[in-house]
Amino acid sequence: MYAYDELDRTLINERVSEFRDQVKRRLSGELTEDEFKILRLQNGVYLQLHAYMFRVAIPYGTLSSKQLRRLAHVARRYDRGYGHFTTRQNIQFNWIKLAELPDALADLAEVGIHAMQTSGNNMRNVTSDQWAGVAPGEIEDPRIWSEIIRQHTTLHPEFSFLPRKFKIAITAAEHDRAAIKIHDIGLRLHKNADGETGFEVLVGGGLGRTPFIAKTIKPFVSGRDILSYIEAILRVYNQYGRRDNIYKARIKILVHELGIEKFAKEVDEEWKAMGDVGLTLDHTAIEEVRSRFSYPAYEKLPHMPDELKQAAHDKLFERWRKNSVSAHKVQGYSIVTLSLKPVGGPPGDASAEQMDAVADLADKYSFGEIRVGHEQNLALPHVAKRDLPVLFKALDRLGLATPNVNLVTDIIACPGLDYCSLANARSIPIAQELTRRFANHDTADLIGRLHINISGCINACGHHHVGHIGILGVEKNGEEFYQITIGGRADENAQLGTLIGPAVPYAEVADVIEDIVEAYLALRDRPEELFVDTVKRLGVEPIRERVYATR
Amino acid sequence: MTSPLEQKKIRITGPSVVTANRTWDGAVVYRTAKQGWSTELADSAIVSTSDDARALLAEATADDVGAVGPYIAPVELKDGGKVKPGNLREHIRAKGVTIDLQVPA
Ligand code: HEM
Ligand code: SF4
Repeated sequence: MYAYDELDRTLINERVSEFRDQVKRRLSGELTEDEFKILRLQNGVYLQLHAYMFRVAIPYGTLSSKQLRRLAHVARRYDRGYGHFTTRQNIQFNWIKLAELPDALADLAEVGIHAMQTSGNNMRNVTSDQWAGVAPGEIEDPRIWSEIIRQHTTLHPEFSFLPRKFKIAITAAEHDRAAIKIHDIGLRLHKNADGETGFEVLVGGGLGRTPFIAKTIKPFVSGRDILSYIEAILRVYNQYGRRDNIYKARIKILVHELGIEKFAKEVDEEWKAMGDVGLTLDHTAIEEVRSRFSYPAYEKLPHMPDELKQAAHDKLFERWRKNSVSAHKVQGYSIVTLSLKPVGGPPGDASAEQMDAVADLADKYSFGEIRVGHEQNLALPHVAKRDLPVLFKALDRLGLATPNVNLVTDIIACPGLDYCSLANARSIPIAQELTRRFANHDTADLIGRLHINISGCINACGHHHVGHIGILGVEKNGEEFYQITIGGRADENAQLGTLIGPAVPYAEVADVIEDIVEAYLALRDRPEELFVDTVKRLGVEPIRERVYATR
Repeated sequence: MTSPLEQKKIRITGPSVVTANRTWDGAVVYRTAKQGWSTELADSAIVSTSDDARALLAEATADDVGAVGPYIAPVELKDGGKVKPGNLREHIRAKGVTIDLQVPA
C-alpha cells in the first residue's frame, strides 16, 4: 500500500473545494458550459449520452479495502449502484448528477482518492503492472517509479498544458501486463550489465485513429536520470507538437513523421544540452518514496498446504485455481484474479455489493489490498494458499469466480453506444452475446488464451487494434457495422491486428467470431499453439478463406 | 451513428426535435414549444423545415443554464401523433441502455 503525504492531501482537498465553487457558479449561470467544460474535465467529469460520467483514478491499480468501500458508497449514494472498471486503471460512474459531484469528490478525498489526471490534455495517471510488488522475478516494484513520475508531473504546471493527453506505463516483469507498447511513453525496468537498475525507454505508442506500437529510443536510462530524460522527451515533443491539428498532436505522430532515429537523436541532444536542471534523483529521494510503500508481514508458509491438497478433488475449485490463481513471489502465497466478466454480464462492471464484499474478502485474505488491471478485472495480491478453497467459495457466491481469465470470454469492451456520445455502435451487447456463445468453460479452456477487444468507435478505448481478435464499431447508412481484425497483441510482442474482411452487421458479429475460432481450432498445429501464434504462422488468409467462404 | 455533436450546417430531411442534457443532473431533455425543457420526448417541439430547426436550436442554445450541448435530432411521427426517436442513438438516449444491467449481487 502507499501512504499519501500531507502535501498530496492538501492538494486533493483544495481541488474539491475549488470544484465545489465552480459547480455552484455553473449551476447559477455565472459560468457558461464553454467556460466550465475545461474545469469539469480536469476533475474527471465527461458528458455522456444519458448523464455526466465521472472518472476516478486508481493510481497504478492499487486500492485499499477502505478505498474500495468508499467507491461502493459512491456507486450506491450518487449513482445507480455500480461502477465500470476501465483499461487504464480508472473506475467510471455513469449516472452522476453534476449537482452532487462535489459531494462525491469530497467523500473520495477522505480516503485519498481523486480524479486528477483522468482527462484533459495533461499527463494522465501513470499505469503499471497490476501485479507490481508481488510478481515473481520482478526487478523491483515499478509503482515506486510510477509514484515518482506521478508526483513530479502532478506538481509541475507544464505537464497540465500539453498539446494532447499523455500516457505513461511502467512494467518491471518479463511479461508485460501494463501494455507499455501502446502508451506515449513505455518504461521497462531492467538491470544493465553492471547490475544497475534503469529503464528501457519506448516512445510513440498509441491506438485511436492512427495506431502505432511504441519503439525503443534508449535501451538504458538509469533510474536517477529518468525524470530528466522524460523532461527531454517532452521538450522535443513540445517544440514540434502540432497543436493545430487535434488528430496529429500525439507524440506517436511526431515520432512517426521524424523517424525513430531522428527523434531519439533530438532527445539525446536536448538531454545533453539541458545540463543539470535539478531533476537528477538522489538515493534519498528514491528511498523516501520507496519507504511509503508498505508490504504485508508475510508468514512462513508451506508451498503446498493440506487445505490445497484436499481441495484438489473438487473439480470446480481446480478449474478455477488453474485459471485464476497465479504464482506469488513469496512461498505459500498466490495472486488471485477476480473475473469481472461473468457470462452475459457487461465487462468490467461491479456492483456496490460486490465492491463491499471484495473489500471484506481483502481484509480477511489479502492484507486489505486490491488491485485493478487493464483487462478490467480485479485481483487480490497476497492470498495465502491455505485460504484459496474458502476464498473460492466466497467469490463464487459473489459471481466473481468465473474461470475465464485470459480466455475467450475475458473480453475488453468500451462502453460503446449504450453510454458514449462519441460511439458509432454498441460494444457491450456484442461482448455479452459472445460470452453466451462461449459459455462452456471447457470449450473456452480448449481454445486457450484468446483476447477479444471491442471498441465502439475509432478512439479505441476498448484496445481493438491489439486484441487477438479486435472488433471495431463503424456506421453504414445509420446501421451498426463492425470491422474485425485478427492477430493483434498488447504484450511485449505488441502488434496491430489485420483486417479479416468486409465489415459485418450487428446480428452477424458473434457468428463470424465463432467461425474464426473454429477455423483456428482446425488450423492450429497442436493444442498449445495459441490463436495469435497460429495467425502469425499462417497469416490471415487461411482463416479469412474459411470464414468468408460461405458468406 | 455519426456523433451529432459537431453539427455545422443545419439541413433536416424529416421531422426533428432539439435535444440536450439537463445541466444539473445530465438527464436527457427535449426542447418544448413553451421555451422550456422536458424529459419526455412527447412534450418536444417538432419542426419540419430547416429554418424552423435553426430557430429552435438558436433559442435552445441561448438557455445555457438549463441544458448542455443542444443539437437537432430526427424523430418519427407515428399514427395517432406518437413521437418516436429517429435513430438508434436517440432511441438509447430516450429509453436507456439496451443491456440488462443486472450484475450479480
Ligand atoms: C464513456 C466515456 C468515454 C469517452 C467519452 C472516451 C473518450 C475517448 C477519446 C475521445 C479518446 C481518444 C483520444 C485521442 O484521440 O487520443 C479516448 C481514448 C482512450 N480511451 Fe476513452 N472514452 C471513454 C471511456 C473509456 C473507457 C471506459 C475506457 C476503458 C475501458 C477508455 C480507455 C481509453 C483508452 C485506453 C484510450 C487511448 C487509446 C489510445 O491509445 O489512443 N475510455 N477515449
Ligand atoms: S471507443 Fe469510442 S465508443 Fe468506445 S468509449 Fe471510446 S469514444 Fe466511446
